[in-house]
Amino acid sequence: MFVLIVGAGRVGSAVAKRALAAGHEVSVLDEDPLSHERLEDSDGQTWEDAGGLFTVGRALEVDSLLEAGVQRADVFIASTDGDNTNLTVAQIVQRRFSVDKVVCRVMDPGRAAWYAQQGLHTISPTRHAIEMFEQALGLDS
Amino acid sequence: MYVIIVGAGKVGLNLARELIDKGHEVTLLEADRRRYLLVEPELGHVVHYGDATELWVLERAGVQRTDLVITVTGDDEDNMLVCQVAKEKYECERVIARVNNPRNLQHFKLLGIQPVVSATDLILRLIEHEVPRYGLVHLLALEEERLEIIELEVQSGAPAAGLRVAEVKLPEGSLVISVLRDGRGFVPTPETVVEAGDQVLLVLDAGLEEQITPVFSHVGD
Repeated sequence: MFVLIVGAGRVGSAVAKRALAAGHEVSVLDEDPLSHERLEDSDGQTWEDAGGLFTVGRALEVDSLLEAGVQRADVFIASTDGDNTNLTVAQIVQRRFSVDKVVCRVMDPGRAAWYAQQGLHTISPTRHAIEMFEQALGLDS
Repeated sequence: MYVIIVGAGKVGLNLARELIDKGHEVTLLEADRRRYLLVEPELGHVVHYGDATELWVLERAGVQRTDLVITVTGDDEDNMLVCQVAKEKYECERVIARVNNPRNLQHFKLLGIQPVVSATDLILRLIEHEVPRYGLVHLLALEEERLEIIELEVQSGAPAAGLRVAEVKLPEGSLVISVLRDGRGFVPTPETVVEAGDQVLLVLDAGLEEQITPVFSHVGD
């Protein structure tokens, strides 16, 4: 599989490394060149030496998406630190580039739920945190 | 009419003033606390403090009963998503969005957000109209259909000057649809003679301008 991940923060970089280790082709796009460091493995092997791809660019610039290989992506993950960027770029990729699987991180649980109803695969860390806290308090039964 | 305006910058604030003057009911939403406090003394309860990309902020502003949502923040993603939610979740029939970066125009279209207003585009179009390059003015671009309508002035000594329309060598995918001469316009026949000083209107496949311009320009220019 070819996996394109936009946003190499803690979440994006961790998923990228796991996907690469699992034998997938992985391309990462981030506007911050320094985010590249997060992709190094614990032995200090660089991301490229491990076989990964990295592009510096903005998520909403179509040229950056193309350079990062969106046209051959089987999976697209939007994991920047901005809900609005994630929701926008995920919809663009879904509609314009017809990527099979598009997954999008949305902190705001309200919008995560509504966009999920509209057919976008959203993951809301806030929602999960709420559920875990409820569980810890025994409120989930 | 009830109008929600998102973004209390210069554009949003002035829009709010104008619409209130015209007797409309307006709510202005501003996510920046400092900007909100600056505007609040003038507008009072008309301006709300909150991030309009959050559903509850829109609901508190009464998005369910609004006739029109206008998004004029400096952030294109915000403008796009607020319009999308207003339209699709709250069934607001009319939305207008501001585009800050003209390169994002395609994204607004893809998400079905229109009409959109881009200041850069408007100014560029004005420049083109006021300072036509080679006397060429873009009148209309039908982007979906990939067609354009342009206006050109026929210069004296141009290859087309003095020829019948049927004889003018135009690239495939272009057609002279109108001639403006002495203050009036008419639809030419193949027999119409193109004269220097005429303004001609052409419909063409997008991207053919460069092949068409030399036909109506003086070669020595």
